[in-house]
Amino acid sequence: MVSINGKTGGPIVRGAIDATGMPALVLFASMVGYGSMAREAGLTLWTAVASTGLTWGLPGQIAMVELYALGAPVLAIIAASSAANARFLPMVLSVMPLFNEALPRKRWRYAVAQFMSLNPWAAIMRRGPGMNPADRPPYYAGFAGVCITAALLGTGAGFVLAGAMSRNVTLTLVFLNPVFFTLVFADARGRAAILAVLAGVVAGPLFHLLSPDWGLLLTGATAGTGAYLFDRALRGRHG
Amino acid sequence: MADGIDWRLWGIVLLCGAATYVWRALAVAIGGRVSPESEAFKLFACIAYAMVAGLISRMVILPEGILAEAPLSYRLIGVGVAVGVFFVLKRNLAAGVLAGVAVFALLIAFAGSPM
Repeated sequence: MVSINGKTGGPIVRGAIDATGMPALVLFASMVGYGSMAREAGLTLWTAVASTGLTWGLPGQIAMVELYALGAPVLAIIAASSAANARFLPMVLSVMPLFNEALPRKRWRYAVAQFMSLNPWAAIMRRGPGMNPADRPPYYAGFAGVCITAALLGTGAGFVLAGAMSRNVTLTLVFLNPVFFTLVFADARGRAAILAVLAGVVAGPLFHLLSPDWGLLLTGATAGTGAYLFDRALRGRHG
Repeated sequence: MADGIDWRLWGIVLLCGAATYVWRALAVAIGGRVSPESEAFKLFACIAYAMVAGLISRMVILPEGILAEAPLSYRLIGVGVAVGVFFVLKRNLAAGVLAGVAVFALLIAFAGSPM
C-alpha cells in the first residue's frame, strides 16, 4: 500500500491515497468478474450495481447471484447471502473501539459499519491504533470512499463487458481477489493477529467441509478464540 | 426487462443488502463501549482475523462458482508463487499479486484449459 508519511493533505486525503493503487485496482477487477457473473445470472445493470453498493460484501453477492440464477426461493437467497457475509459481525466489532471515542453519535458508527469491507478493515486495523483518534474516521472515509467507487465502476464495467471477455479472463479476474487478500493477511503484524490468521487458514476449509452454512462462524469462534487464548498464555509467560 | 421494472429482483437485492447490514448493525450495538486496550478488543480482533483468513483459504481450496473450474493445483501454485515473490521482494504487494495471477493465467491458458 502506498502511504504518505509527511503532512501532505488531511487524513481523508491520506486514506484516499492509501486506497488508490493495489486495493482499488484489485477491487475494480474483482467487481468486473462479479458484474459479468451478475449479467449471466439475469440481473439488470442497475440491480447489479445496486447490489454492490447495498450488500457491499462479495461472498454474499456471489451467493445471491448464483441462487437467483438457479431460481431458488427468495427467503433461501436472502439467508444464504447473509450467512456468507457473517464475518462483518466480528470485523465491525473489532474496529468499533477505534471509532467510539471520535464518534460519540451512534448514527455515524452505523454509517461506518455500512462501508466496512476487507480493504478498509485491514487498513484501519493496521494503521488506526497509531493514529490520533480524531483522524481515524476521516482516514477511513477517504479509504472506503475510493474502494466503493472502484467497486461500483467495476461492477458496471463487468456487466457491460460480459460476453466480450473469455472465460479464462473472467476466471483470472476472480482469482485476483483471494491472491491479493492472501498477501494482505500474510502481512499481518502482531503475534495475536498472525496466530489467528494461521489458525483460520487451516480451520476455514475444514469447518466448511463439516458445515458449509456454519463453517465460517465456527472458524471464527474456535480458531479466533484459540489464537487469542494462546497469545494470552504467551503474554503471561513473558511478563 | 422491456416491460418495466422487475420488482421481485429489486426486492431480492434490497433484502440481501439489509440482511448483510444486520451483522454490521449488531456489531455497532454490541461494541458501544469497548476500549482499544481491552482484552475484549483483542478477542474480537482474533476472531475477525481468523474468520477472514478462513474465508480466503476456503475460496482457494474449496471454491464455489467459477473458480472451481480451475484445478486445485493451479490455484495453489498461483497463491504459492504470490506469497513467495511477496516475501522474497521484501513484502512487495504489487509484485506478489502480479506474479501469482500471471502464473495462474498462464497455467489455465496453456497447461490445459479448465473448460
